[in-house]
Amino acid sequence: MKKSSPSFIRILGRIALVVAIIIIYAFGLQVTKVDLEKPQEAKRQEQLTNILRGLAHPDLVEYEIDRVIIDTPILVPCDGPAPPVAPAEPGPVISLSTNCAAPGEKIIVSGSGFEAGEDVYIYFVPFAQNADSEIELKLANSAVEVGDGGSFAKEVTLKRDRISEQVQTVRAVVNRQLGSPAPSTGLKETWNKIVETVFLAFIATTLGVIFAVPVSFLAARNLMLEVTSNFTRFMASLAVMPVGAWLGYSIFKGLADYGAQFVGAKPAGEAFLWALLPLVGLASVQVTAQTGNAALKAVRRWLVSGLVVAVAVIGFSMLGQLGRVAGLEWKQTLGDWSFFGNLVLIFSDVIVLGLPALGAFIGLFMLNPVINRILEPLLPKLSPAVGKVLAVGFAVLAGAVLFGVVAAALNWFYEFGNLSDVVAVPAVIGAVAFAGLAVAFDPHRPIPTGMFVYYVIRTIMNTFRSIEPLVMVVAFAVWVGIGPFAGVMALGLHTIVALGKLYSEQVENIAAGPIEAVTATGANRLQTIVYAVIPQIVPPYIAFTLYRWDINVRMSTIIGFGGGGGIGFLLSQNINLLKYRQASVNMIAIAIVVASLDYLSAKVREKIT
Amino acid sequence: MLEIKNITKIYDNTVLALNNVSFTVPRGQFLAVVGLSGSGKSTLLRCINRLIEPTSGQIILEGIDVTAAQPDELRRIRRRIGMIFQHFNLVLRSPVINNVLAGRLGYTNPAWSLLNRFSKGDMEMALKQLDRVGIKDKAHVRADELSGGQQQRVGIARALMQEPSIMLADEPVASLDPVLAHSIMQYLEQLRDEGITVICSLHFLDLVQRYADRAIALKDGNLVFDGSPSEIDDKRFKEIYGEEAQRIG
Repeated sequence: MKKSSPSFIRILGRIALVVAIIIIYAFGLQVTKVDLEKPQEAKRQEQLTNILRGLAHPDLVEYEIDRVIIDTPILVPCDGPAPPVAPAEPGPVISLSTNCAAPGEKIIVSGSGFEAGEDVYIYFVPFAQNADSEIELKLANSAVEVGDGGSFAKEVTLKRDRISEQVQTVRAVVNRQLGSPAPSTGLKETWNKIVETVFLAFIATTLGVIFAVPVSFLAARNLMLEVTSNFTRFMASLAVMPVGAWLGYSIFKGLADYGAQFVGAKPAGEAFLWALLPLVGLASVQVTAQTGNAALKAVRRWLVSGLVVAVAVIGFSMLGQLGRVAGLEWKQTLGDWSFFGNLVLIFSDVIVLGLPALGAFIGLFMLNPVINRILEPLLPKLSPAVGKVLAVGFAVLAGAVLFGVVAAALNWFYEFGNLSDVVAVPAVIGAVAFAGLAVAFDPHRPIPTGMFVYYVIRTIMNTFRSIEPLVMVVAFAVWVGIGPFAGVMALGLHTIVALGKLYSEQVENIAAGPIEAVTATGANRLQTIVYAVIPQIVPPYIAFTLYRWDINVRMSTIIGFGGGGGIGFLLSQNINLLKYRQASVNMIAIAIVVASLDYLSAKVREKIT
Repeated sequence: MLEIKNITKIYDNTVLALNNVSFTVPRGQFLAVVGLSGSGKSTLLRCINRLIEPTSGQIILEGIDVTAAQPDELRRIRRRIGMIFQHFNLVLRSPVINNVLAGRLGYTNPAWSLLNRFSKGDMEMALKQLDRVGIKDKAHVRADELSGGQQQRVGIARALMQEPSIMLADEPVASLDPVLAHSIMQYLEQLRDEGITVICSLHFLDLVQRYADRAIALKDGNLVFDGSPSEIDDKRFKEIYGEEAQRIG
């Protein structure tokens, strides 16, 4: 009894397992609506046949069509004498069983002198005042195939509502192909869209690589692990970075606007003079401050650097504005070369839009090292009490700024209310909370700043990577309109996060020895990356770029389904319009492009690794 | 003069790698560091240029406190400390000349060096150092095309580009055959003769006794011997390497 009870329980358990599996599959089949009855319905099978036959007949070539029209008169209703039939000419002719019939009467249309096997369409042409208002009404639903002898006979039913005292017409039409085959419209469209598709993938990949490379360093554990800081400096950085970004943005924006006002509004000569002014200032600073102590030299260096940056920003802003004007002009006037104008316009827009962003970026990362440079030697020298006060001070700032920024971001999404009201409370809470942290922690407590950045970037990348480009493109299509540009943006964004991850894993896989050796020579971090990291990662980076380009080409063929332009857009249109023969051409083109790029990139990757 | 004062290194709050190690190396001495694998030799060498951050203690190089140096100052100190490695640590995909020039990075303007531009003087110096270690003809060959002995010579040339006053060598010949080992050791001997302090961790006692002026021994992170290499007799050997150890080479 004791022995049988565990085995009994085991059997019960197995039965329960089987029942559970049956239930899971039953539910699964229910929700996925698996139905083997449907595919057997005759109507659906017929539709499928149509689609498959359409796909099997890609619309690759077309001929010039000669539309041969053969008319014969008929009087409907038969209220008078039958109209005279013109004497037969050489070539195809048709004759009716009667040239005078009642509405709705069945008549036989017979033809002779046609070519065996060709299709004849039979129409009724009601009386019309002139040839332009003529319409053709189908008398037979499908074309009549001409028999071996070049003749046919088809019984048709005349229209009941097309009555007239005048003579009307029965018409036979044959479409004859003339000359040699030419690429069909569908094929030409496909070619255009395939070019668009390949370049869409190309631009998206390029964009992705430009941003993914720097991001990949920030997401590489082995590089970031060594970046550490202490509590006070970390708090200072947190407090200073948003401020720096804002400052950088404002300064660059102000300078750019200052430069921009000269273009178009004022004469070029005056603008040039204005632009020279900072240069003069620069020169005078250089000349007057040749001597002096270290502090003075440092001040001079900062002043000169600041002036150089300011002049550069103003100059680039003017250049950008000029480029916009010129680009817009050339786009209109250059004809075949208008793409060059477009290029100038795009680059100018990148400059104009990029300057404030660059300022924000520089501010974000410049103010931080400046603060660190001051704090780093200072902190160990401070008495514990002063150090603590400093730590608390920075923590209060950091807490306020961090919570304020987060609150402002949430407010943008959820529109709680007036920005300043919404931000105030979280800022105070943040300040208090961080002050608490500062009191609790030793100001010298090491903080793994690098890992902090690493996790933030990894989280962002993983989040965006899980959104398919086909979904992203919907948002971009709303923003920039349906078309390849939306596709470029969606694919580009996905490429940044996907490549960023792949790249960073390559950085994590490199040999640590050379990094150690170059660090030991006294090189700074950036130099170490350039001399010990980059030479090691170039081949894998190229390999992964090609791999991604491969994926992007494949993705770009369907991104059009979400509104992203390219061949996918054409394909989805053709499918929706039931133009399966054209869709077939699209699919063939996709297959060729994907397969050939697959092969190509595999070959290149083989070569470099 | 290099002063090591009470250096302790504890990894991850648990593993004691160095326990209160102190010693002083006068300028121009060839100091051998011996001990079993895992006894703390590599950790000790890397603490000197702070590739590994010591947990406590002080390192003073020519009067400058290395352990207290801020990053900028640390980089300036590192320029004066050359280092060669057991596995050479070359960037294998880069040409030899680039590997050698990397030794100069601490001296070059960061902006130029990022663009891979070195001064003419640096280029000449790199070729001179390669000439010195006998592989000038390999300057533009990729580093992974060289043999092990040649790679270690590149390592030496790279360290010499720093114009070091002290050379750290972490088992520089452990990956090389005995003939090559002697040629590499002879280069280190030459450096000592030029007045550069050499601190070299070694496995083979005959190399220690042939090249070193003085030897220190580590066992489980403790300094267990400090004296002339010739003092390491069988009894001392067993103290350092354990009872079961047999002398080889």
